[in-house]
Amino acid sequence: MLKTFTKGGVHPAESKYSADSPIEKLPLPKTVSIPIAQHIGAPSKPLVKKGDKVKVGDVIAESAGFVSANIHSSVSGTVTKIDNVLDSTGYRKPCIIIDVEEDEWNKDIDRSTDLKKEISLMDKEIIQRINQAGIVGLGGATFPSHVKLSVPEGKKIDVLIINGVECEPYLTSDHRLMLEKAEEMLVGIQILMKALSVNRAIIGIENNKQDALEHLAGLIKNYPGIEVQALKVKYPQGGEKQLIKALINREVPSGGLPLDVGAVVHNVGTAYAVYEAIQKNKPLFERVVTVTGQSVKKPSNFMVRIGTPVADLIEAAGGLPEDAGKVINGGPMMGKALNSLDVPVIKGTSGILILPEKMAARKPESNCIRCAKCVSVCPQGLEPYLLNKLTQLEKNDILEKDGVMDCIECGSCAFTCPAGLPLLDYIRLGKSRVSRIIRSRKQ
Amino acid sequence: MNKLLTVSPSPHVYEDTTVKRLMFDVIIALLPALAFSIYFFGMGAIYVTLTAVVSCVAFEWLIQKYLLKQEPSVSDGSAILTGLLLAFNVPTNLPVWIIIIGSLVAIGIGKMSFGGLGNNPFNPALVGRVFLLISFPVQMTSWPVPNGFNTGYTDAVTGATPLGVMKEGIDKGDAVSDIMSQVPSHMEMFYGHMGGSMGEIAALALLIGFAYLLIRKVITWHIPVSIIATITVFTGILWLVNPESIADPLFHLLTGGVLLGAIYMATDYVTSPMSVKGMWVYGIGIGVITVLIRVFGAYPEGVSFAILIMNAFVPLINIYLKPKRFGEEVNNG
Repeated sequence: MLKTFTKGGVHPAESKYSADSPIEKLPLPKTVSIPIAQHIGAPSKPLVKKGDKVKVGDVIAESAGFVSANIHSSVSGTVTKIDNVLDSTGYRKPCIIIDVEEDEWNKDIDRSTDLKKEISLMDKEIIQRINQAGIVGLGGATFPSHVKLSVPEGKKIDVLIINGVECEPYLTSDHRLMLEKAEEMLVGIQILMKALSVNRAIIGIENNKQDALEHLAGLIKNYPGIEVQALKVKYPQGGEKQLIKALINREVPSGGLPLDVGAVVHNVGTAYAVYEAIQKNKPLFERVVTVTGQSVKKPSNFMVRIGTPVADLIEAAGGLPEDAGKVINGGPMMGKALNSLDVPVIKGTSGILILPEKMAARKPESNCIRCAKCVSVCPQGLEPYLLNKLTQLEKNDILEKDGVMDCIECGSCAFTCPAGLPLLDYIRLGKSRVSRIIRSRKQ
Repeated sequence: MNKLLTVSPSPHVYEDTTVKRLMFDVIIALLPALAFSIYFFGMGAIYVTLTAVVSCVAFEWLIQKYLLKQEPSVSDGSAILTGLLLAFNVPTNLPVWIIIIGSLVAIGIGKMSFGGLGNNPFNPALVGRVFLLISFPVQMTSWPVPNGFNTGYTDAVTGATPLGVMKEGIDKGDAVSDIMSQVPSHMEMFYGHMGGSMGEIAALALLIGFAYLLIRKVITWHIPVSIIATITVFTGILWLVNPESIADPLFHLLTGGVLLGAIYMATDYVTSPMSVKGMWVYGIGIGVITVLIRVFGAYPEGVSFAILIMNAFVPLINIYLKPKRFGEEVNNG
């Protein structure tokens, strides 16, 4: 029996069309728009102004607090303006817009491709360098990585968990990275282990990525302390709490963090970015993005500079299909539908998914028949049908008591509902109301 | 790239299950039992089924269209299912006009008066059945003797069900071992060769449908298994204590509506609990009440009453027996 998490879960069609497409470098765009808020936490403070010349890897906006991140230029060229631009959230947000000229890199970056294994920095220096490099969680949550590595006094971490699950259907960026940059990623994991002072790391990978499992299993002999664990395919295994449960059978308490059970979770993409930042002095300004969909001509995985318009990626994958009905930033379960193709790729963009028109609309709604399927698939053990109803009735106190804040918004309930009810829409609304109440109580 | 794109919150993909598919899966699961009923009871089974299904669908359509002024939703199959289950729960010699009254009560009072599918607290088919049982006790308890297509319809030769024979015999003070010679063997009962309500007789066919429902993931095993296990254990204890005045557990499982009720009636989504813990309590409750009515009550059969009584507890069960939340009580050794 393969390991997996115990509560709930669903199995959407995997549709990994781009699994065999090697990572290609996307040609440089003409202009990039780099949002100053592309991570969880305080938006960064711009350091450049109109007319400034920048090189690839220059800091253009600095971290504005502990939970924030530096932002680096992904191209060389001239800053044309700092303006509000539509981003993937659907709102206009401040962006630094740069016209691309040549491809001149900051001279501190080591552009060689040879593998560098020795880790010379000490733990504090590693965390500081990761902070400077602007690394955030690349699985999509974009939580600043240095914060996760700064373990508070009194907490003891004994295991580093590396998320190579990629449980979202369609997406393959982590899969390709594990195949093509495996050694770099393993060195990155060693760096993270050193930063956390742990001597055990487990890479969790779902069983539908046999090639990655075998490839890594062959390599880890040279990397003591790193284990590879195959997991049964089940969504949402990539959720931190579910992954910890699956791999080491510990349950993060309600409202708690992984470090409460002695674990820290990082994505494989983050591990690779850490390698580049520490060993090659290369800050985070590009990432792997999957461009895929049933009718996309050439499902691909691209290495993309942050700030590149989504339209450029779609063009490179064979153009927007005739029957395109929905374009999603991320996977089909948790991704955000885009209302414009001009929005920029950000640090958290793991994929661009194009769904045909016939898949763009929602299921027609009918009455709840109380089939309890939502209850049985909820990985957090909640009762989505009830939270949905309580939100509609604005019963905020009962919502809180029934654990609405535990919802990880994985969408399994709405995915499975035979009546096509927008369960997660209402639960999100309930969550935002309850979190406002909790905040006001603290003041 | 001037193309209108749909924008909506996640998730963006859905399972292909619909309410309609679930309802028709249950209907499909009932077809083997229907075939066995027609084989044993002949035309009567066909008349009863057609009358119940057509009248249930018609009443739902009429009520939605003219009373509630809603868009009729009979195509979701739930009224067909109610009709089918009502037919399964009555004898095959029941006159058409009584079936129509039963359908009106099932759909009109049992379902639509609460707001239609999803809002009814009690299983509609059972509401109709119990209404008929109380209003027309003679017609509802005269069971045709199974004789294939020679059974006839309202002119059928009637007899008692094995449960009726057992109850009467025990009440007279006869020994169970003597009564057993007057009822069909366990094997005959398993195939359904006995008197009884139309759809409850063939254990084999009902179990085939159960397997189908489990494979299609329409229901989970918890409710049927908890009911069957409870009845087995409860009657088993009574039987071991006093084998001469209580029938054996297998007799109790194969007769009356235990399998029909446990697999198809108690598992009705709308009127059963939402959590696994709740399902166990509900199933055990149905099992206990069924045995109490059969062994100590006035009626030879009690599954319908047991399910309706436990239906009434479902809202309470849903409030007090919630699923355990992830990370609610943490024991990380």
